[in-house]
Amino acid sequence: MDSKQLQAKDKKELQTKFETTQTSPVFVPAVDIYETDDSLVLLADMPGVSNQGVEIHLEDNELTIRGKVAEEPSGLNPIYTEYRSGDYYRSFTLSNVIDQDKIEALMKNGVLKVVLPKAEAAKPRKIEVKAG
Amino acid sequence: MVLLRWRDPFERTALSELNRLQEEMNMLFDRFFGRRSLLSGAGVFPAVNVAEDNDNVYVTAEMPGINPKDIELTVEEDSVVIKGERKLEEEGEGISYHRREREGGSFNRTITLPTRIVAEKASAEVRNGVLTLTLPKAEEAKPKKIEIKVG
Repeated sequence: MDSKQLQAKDKKELQTKFETTQTSPVFVPAVDIYETDDSLVLLADMPGVSNQGVEIHLEDNELTIRGKVAEEPSGLNPIYTEYRSGDYYRSFTLSNVIDQDKIEALMKNGVLKVVLPKAEAAKPRKIEVKAG
Repeated sequence: MVLLRWRDPFERTALSELNRLQEEMNMLFDRFFGRRSLLSGAGVFPAVNVAEDNDNVYVTAEMPGINPKDIELTVEEDSVVIKGERKLEEEGEGISYHRREREGGSFNRTITLPTRIVAEKASAEVRNGVLTLTLPKAEEAKPKKIEIKVG
């Protein structure tokens, strides 16, 4: 295989001045965000989160994603633990104007994909330079 | 006349030294209680959790964005090899990245199991990007109840 070796990384825990009411950890998912002509696309790694566990919220240009992890079967005796599971939370301030009604989200193999279409007014326009 | 507050030149360094000490103590506690790095060794992908009940050993690994078809599992009676590749969605023409935190690449990890297992009866499942291996324990590795004879 010619591709590079993947490293295991510790999940980044959410740091806030507010404490959560539950004791389970909340993690900050790793994301990719890219922009196309028509939309802004966000990909977030949230393993353990099902379709039903995702919550996306957009208000005043603030995009919030939340992922609830499905309950783990208990009654098992842990031998060793290298990672912990917990919910996910992250929020972004968007610089683009988004068409709220057309936001699409899809959860696949533990990766959330959110497509945020730009509002008509925010789409880039080519401006012709008139020859003088 | 201007009055300046006299500053002990050692005050600051002593304080920062104290801060450093405190930081180190926190790190020590965090590590002890498992709050900081849980990864042992070199951080080979994927990070795994190993658990057991009376009948099975369970190995779980978080593998988001990996097609189950790209994961190759080899099970022996005392070890498991998880091998494969994480392919990220290919970028098309005319897109610009705002953030790139996710990584792709290949992985190959061997996990030594705590007990002997029956490799033929092992099963694996990927759900929501989490791989779970169920490995039935070998008969001799299962816990047994011992009757106490009344003499």
